[in-house]
Amino acid sequence: MCGNEALGEAAIIAGCDAYFGYPITPQNEVTAYMSRRMPEEDRVFLQCESELAAINMVFGASATGKRAMTSSSSPGISLMQEGISYLSGAELPAVVVNVMRGGPGLGNIAPSQGDYFQSTRGGGHGDYRTIVLGPSGVQELADCMPLAFDLADQYRMTVVVLADGILGQMMEPIVLEKKPARRMAGKQGRKLPPKDWALTGAKDRPQNIVRSLWLREGALEELNYKLQAKYEQVQRNEVLCEQYAIDDAEIVVVAYGVAARIVRGAVSKARQEGVKVGWIRPITLWPFPKEYISKAAEQWRIFLTVEMSLGQMVEDVELAVAGKAPVVFYGRPGGGVPTVDEILDKIKQLTIRNKTQDTGQKTKV
Amino acid sequence: MKTVFARTPTLKDCPTHYCPGCGHGIAHRLIAEVIDELGIHDRTIGIAPVGCAVLAYNYLDVDMIEVAHGRAPAVATGMKRTNPDNIIFSYQGDGDLAAIGTGEIIHAAHRGEQITVIFINNAVFGMTGGQMAPTTVLGQVTATTQKGRDAVNEGYPLQISELLAVLPGAIYVERCSLNNPTQIHKAKKAVKHAFELQVDGAQGLSLVELLSPCPTYWRMTPAKAMEWIEKEMTKVFPLGCLKGEK
Repeated sequence: MCGNEALGEAAIIAGCDAYFGYPITPQNEVTAYMSRRMPEEDRVFLQCESELAAINMVFGASATGKRAMTSSSSPGISLMQEGISYLSGAELPAVVVNVMRGGPGLGNIAPSQGDYFQSTRGGGHGDYRTIVLGPSGVQELADCMPLAFDLADQYRMTVVVLADGILGQMMEPIVLEKKPARRMAGKQGRKLPPKDWALTGAKDRPQNIVRSLWLREGALEELNYKLQAKYEQVQRNEVLCEQYAIDDAEIVVVAYGVAARIVRGAVSKARQEGVKVGWIRPITLWPFPKEYISKAAEQWRIFLTVEMSLGQMVEDVELAVAGKAPVVFYGRPGGGVPTVDEILDKIKQLTIRNKTQDTGQKTKV
Repeated sequence: MKTVFARTPTLKDCPTHYCPGCGHGIAHRLIAEVIDELGIHDRTIGIAPVGCAVLAYNYLDVDMIEVAHGRAPAVATGMKRTNPDNIIFSYQGDGDLAAIGTGEIIHAAHRGEQITVIFINNAVFGMTGGQMAPTTVLGQVTATTQKGRDAVNEGYPLQISELLAVLPGAIYVERCSLNNPTQIHKAKKAVKHAFELQVDGAQGLSLVELLSPCPTYWRMTPAKAMEWIEKEMTKVFPLGCLKGEK
């Protein structure tokens, strides 16, 4: 299966009641797949008139307590930001898949990681966060879907699954499971809260209201503190991260998604050549695995961040490293994909620099 | 003593935030009465717009949601598609439905969504301070057409109900007015029919446009505003059924 189809089937298995989408490359396989599969399962599929409508249909379905999702690619996700802000204000669960392509503007249809800032900083107006998952293979992309729906329901938040054109199009054999795969599940035995806030008709209970307008003085401030407390809980409990060969590493490469896969190849090659290098791969991009990086920075080493952009996640790496070690960046924007050899060269350059620093000055930089 | 008139249960017993002479209170009451008469209180979900009626959930005692400006028909679509047994209605003003939400209402009607839309046309943006709406009539003075609306610069009043009525997916479109008891009585019948169609599972969208007074931003007394609807607004927005006679 290609990544786009795999995420669709995984969403169905995860109990997605409704999918609303609008065509945009490189995620069209999701919409096409769902148009066939959702009716087969007696669930809702609708091709909407715009991404604006799609996210608001998700808003409507979610408000009634249903599991709803949409998928799109970068320009479409920009259009959805209004809805994501309202979802966040109204504390409604939602799953949004972004199969990123090159930007800004109409950009191109090549894979990119240019929407990291947009996804991890909220994206729309107001003081809010979305949970962001950054899978690096088709299996993991599929594994993300049940987790995304669970996280959305547990915290009443929007969960963004941040894929890219390569992941969406790439075909790999996968296993689909009903429960989130153990590696992806974060905390096991997740108990989802009842959706007693849902709009189902006020039968034998007082009226339910879903809203994001709080005019009374101080009321919106209160809501924002409440949201913040929830976000802190997510940061404490839901970080997912993978690391490899960190212990003796003089260079640590930090990358997510498809870039992390390419990094893995480069690091293996470098290790074969005797270079002491490892990698850290954030799986949750928000909450960012700050502590993994901060801990790794307690020893002197160089942090190389590799992205398919001109440097967005690198700012989070810098914040986590907090000046304890040098942070360098390598990336290609606008649909450019770094190759294993390019990253290997970069690692070797850093090795030389690292050695020079070792002999040139005894104190840690 | 015999009770001849009482507040219908779905209309909450509280003062509204609307200006004196505003038509929203009347429109709310009609909807509440219809919901109670049809016995659909327990399964109705209402959608409040962005505009003066954003707080409609403070007055209508059914499950309600407040949505982004103009997006109510999309939200209604998401609700109705996943909950076909619920009765879904949106309550939208002229800025919400005829300006920023034109795309959403046209496509909801075009798909024949089984929802009910109550469209309040008061020819002005009320909540933001009386700016021009798409439905502002020619010559009408507003905060953003201070010399009166001029067709050359600002275009003509948008008759969106007429536009919607030609779509096969819109099964019932009627324009009524809230300017006197006779018209209010007719409006009630139209609102009721629009809900009944959905209750009966009719395949399509029903919409009732209500010409409604905004004395504050028309700079008129409530009584003059009622007159202005009859004399000026109905010239541009003629009353009557545009699609699907009852």
